[in-house]
Amino acid sequence: MSFLNFRYNPKNELEQGGRTAAPVHQDESEPERACPNCHKSIPVSRLWANQNTCPCGYHFRVNARQRIGLVTDRDSFREMDRELRSTDPLSFSGYSAKLETARISSNEPEAVVCGTASIKGQSCCFFVMEPAFMMGSMGTVVGEKITRLFEYALEHRLPVVGYTVSGGARMQEGLLSLMQMAKTSGAVKRHSDEGLFYLTVLTDPTTGGVTASFAMEGDVILAEPGATVGFAGARVIEQTTRKQLPKGFQKAEFLLEHGFVDAIVPRKAQRDTIGMLLKLHCGGNESWA
Amino acid sequence: MGMTAYKTVKTARSSKRPTGLDYINQIFTDFFELHGDRRFADDGAVVGGVALLEGKPVTVIAIEKGHTTKEHMARAFGAPHPEGYRKALRLMKQAEKFHRPVVCFIDTSGAYCGIGAEERGQGQAIAENLMEMMTLRTPILSVLIGEGGSGGALALAVADRVWMLENAVYSVISPEGCASILWKDANQAEEAAKNLKLTAQDALTLSVIERMISEGNLGQPSFYAGLRKQLSQELGRLANNEQLLQQRYERFRRIGVPAQQKDSKA
Repeated sequence: MSFLNFRYNPKNELEQGGRTAAPVHQDESEPERACPNCHKSIPVSRLWANQNTCPCGYHFRVNARQRIGLVTDRDSFREMDRELRSTDPLSFSGYSAKLETARISSNEPEAVVCGTASIKGQSCCFFVMEPAFMMGSMGTVVGEKITRLFEYALEHRLPVVGYTVSGGARMQEGLLSLMQMAKTSGAVKRHSDEGLFYLTVLTDPTTGGVTASFAMEGDVILAEPGATVGFAGARVIEQTTRKQLPKGFQKAEFLLEHGFVDAIVPRKAQRDTIGMLLKLHCGGNESWA
Repeated sequence: MGMTAYKTVKTARSSKRPTGLDYINQIFTDFFELHGDRRFADDGAVVGGVALLEGKPVTVIAIEKGHTTKEHMARAFGAPHPEGYRKALRLMKQAEKFHRPVVCFIDTSGAYCGIGAEERGQGQAIAENLMEMMTLRTPILSVLIGEGGSGGALALAVADRVWMLENAVYSVISPEGCASILWKDANQAEEAAKNLKLTAQDALTLSVIERMISEGNLGQPSFYAGLRKQLSQELGRLANNEQLLQQRYERFRRIGVPAQQKDSKA
C-alpha cells in the first residue's frame, strides 16, 4: 500500500522546522555499517558526513573516485592515461578472468587513477590507488601510469601528491611487476633531482613492493590513522618467526614512532594539510636569495 | 628445456652451490671487507668491500647465505635486514666517490621477514636503494647466482647489466608463497613456478636480463676464470659510456610499456 510508504519531503527549512516538534522519524531501513573498532553500528549517511570515518576515529576505506572528491578542488581533476589496460603478458593461469572481475567490481580500468588537479588552489599531479582493483596491486600498467605521471610532472615542473593503498607487486605479471619498482623509483628520483616536491599519503593497507618503492620515496610522508604499512605481511612474519607481534605492529602510529612517517593526519584534515604543504614548497613564497 | 621451472627453483636453492663469498674469493684479488651501515649494525647477510679485478679496483657486494649451519645462522640464510641494504648503499656511494665500478652477487630468498626488520624500515631501505642506484655515477653490474627473491634481490640489481646463472631464478614472489595466496595451497608451488616465468631463460626472453651464464663447469677454476674475463670486459665497456645513466634509466623504463591498444577511450 503506497500511502504507508509515503514520506513527507520538506521543501525548505521552514517546513522542516515545523515538523521537528514531533520526534524525528528514524528511517529503519537506512543501511548501517559496523565499526570494527568501536563495534557500534553507524548509519552510512552519518559515516559519509564524516568522510567515511566513524565518530570513534576509525577510518573506513574509500575508493579512488571518492578520494579525488575529498581531496582535490571541485572539478579540477583531469584524468590521464585512463585508456591503459593490463593485458596478460605471462599468460598466467586465471589472470585474464581476474582482471575482468576487478574491472567490474571496482568500476575502474586499473588499480591506480592518475591526473592533474588543484588542491586548495595549488596545481599538482595527483594519483590515487584503487583498493577495489586487486587490492591496488602494482602490475605493468600501474608502474607505467605512475612513471608517466612523474615524467609529466617533471616536464611541467609540478609537484606530485599520491595516495597509496596496495597489497604490493602483482604476482600475475611476475618479473615485469617487480621491475616496476625500479622503474617508478627511477622516475621519482629524476623528479626529485630537479628540486620538485613529492608528497605521499599512506593509507590502509600499503605493503610489499609499493612500500618498498614509491610509497616511501616522498619528501614528506603522511599516513592515515590506523593504516597498516609495512613490507612483509604481519601473518607471514608471525608464522616464520613464531614470535608474538608487538601491539600496534605496522600501524601508522608504529611507523611514526620508529621514524618512517612525518605525521599522521586524520582524513578530515588532509585536504588542508596537503594544501598548506604544497604552498610551503611551491606556493611562490618570498625567496631568501 | 629439459628441466621444469620448479626443479630449477630447487637447483637454485641447493646448498651445494657456490655462495657469494666463493665468487668474491675466486674472481677478485686483495679483497678487503668493509663492515657496517654506520647507522645501526653490521648485517652478516650482506658482504662488501674493495678488491681488484684483473688489477683494477672495484667495489664488490654479495648476499651471502653461508655453507655451514653456524654460518647460515650468522647470515640469516642470506636474508638481509635493512642495515644490509644500507651498508650496500654506503659502499656504492663510496664507489661513486672513488670512481670504481660496482659488482653485486645476488643470492637471497628475499629480504628478512621479521619484527626488527620492519621496525627499522625494510621497505624504506629497499626503496632508497632503488632510487639511489638509478643515478649512481659509476657502472653497476649485478649477477644473480642462485635465488633472486623479489624486492630483496632487486635492491642490489638496479644495474646497467644484470646477468643470471643458467639455474638461478628471479621472481616477484616464491612459488610457495604465490600458490598459497592464489590457490590456498602451497603444494601447488610447481604450477606457480611454471606460471611465474622465473628462470634465466624466461628473464632473458622478457628482456629483464642481458646475459645467461652457463653452469657446465660451475665452481671449477675455469668457471671463475671465464666469469672474471666477462666481468672485466663488460666493465671496461661501461667505464667509457657517456650515456650510462640515461641508458640505465631506459633499461628499466621500457619494461612493461603497453603496446598500442585498440579499445582506447580516453
